[in-house]
Amino acid sequence: MDNPQVEVQPLNREKVRHFIKVMIYLAIITALEFLIAFTVPHDYKWVRIVIFVVMTIVKAYYIVAEFMHLGHEKRSLKMSIVLPMLFVVFLVFILIFQGSAIYDALY
Amino acid sequence: MADSAVLVEEGKKNLWSGGVSPFKASYGKVMMWFFLLSDAFTFSALLITYGMIRFTHPSYEGAVSDFKFSQEYWPIPEKVFEAFPGMHSLGIESAPLVFVGLMTFILIASSVTMVLAVEAGERMDKKGVEKWMLWTIIGGLTFLGCQAWEWTHFIHGSDISMNAVGNFITGAGLSSNQYGPPNFAALFFFITGFHGFHVLSGVFINFIIFYQATVGILERRGHYEMVEKVGLYWHFVDLVWVFVFTFFYLV
Repeated sequence: MDNPQVEVQPLNREKVRHFIKVMIYLAIITALEFLIAFTVPHDYKWVRIVIFVVMTIVKAYYIVAEFMHLGHEKRSLKMSIVLPMLFVVFLVFILIFQGSAIYDALY
Repeated sequence: MADSAVLVEEGKKNLWSGGVSPFKASYGKVMMWFFLLSDAFTFSALLITYGMIRFTHPSYEGAVSDFKFSQEYWPIPEKVFEAFPGMHSLGIESAPLVFVGLMTFILIASSVTMVLAVEAGERMDKKGVEKWMLWTIIGGLTFLGCQAWEWTHFIHGSDISMNAVGNFITGAGLSSNQYGPPNFAALFFFITGFHGFHVLSGVFINFIIFYQATVGILERRGHYEMVEKVGLYWHFVDLVWVFVFTFFYLV
């Protein structure tokens, strides 16, 4: 079945090691999230939220930049994907304020 | 490789008649990126809706150890998602967030096998692509199995609580649930369901590409770029889970 004309290149060990490294980072951050979920008390609601959001963004950065290879694409492609996400940041602020306003009206 | 170099040369001669990729990426890859951007907006809308509705409900104020399910306030997620298959037979009363943690690791691992498939494709290594695509499919199916179990447990419920008008309820449906306000379960079904549907379609698409690699279609084509494109989709599904995990289970 194997086509003899196709030349298989040797395994790129450096690349594989790099991916394993990224996976270990992701696993460590997830483990830290667990640790924080059970050690930081629920009274510190906003401390918890900020820590979790920051850690999530770090994880998202590693997945998008390394696994999805966006970090190594042309700048124009990077920007056309990342900049539209500012709309999402905008929507977060709008709807969180909206939610709090509804809460104030109800209770 | 020689062919593509010629293509770029020709394109430079006449920039307006095509032949140049504006982002130095192929058409298919750029379009996959823009599709994923639009999909990211959809998921953002769902998760931000969760945030908004969460903020319109009161939080639980007392000590975490005294927490009880009630329709009056939003539940603490670690009190809702605390089951693990077979834990009662092992004598464990509660395993908060352990099962979703396991699901997270399964999805991260399947993301890694996917990059390894892409790497094998770049080397024209048909055997490697087959092997790692198969592992990715297995990872996806395992994740779906876990989600099926979690949904079953969530719907059937474990103990009884009372709703606002004094009726007892067990488990969860779209109109009411034992864990908290009706919107809590509704959002759970919509968000994890929409994500699970993405995982399911990802498994199907991965299988099609696995099949094409196995019968030699991709090898005859001369490159394994399709593996890269489905890889982008698969990593995106993993990426969404990272956000669902944080906002649904941790915050």
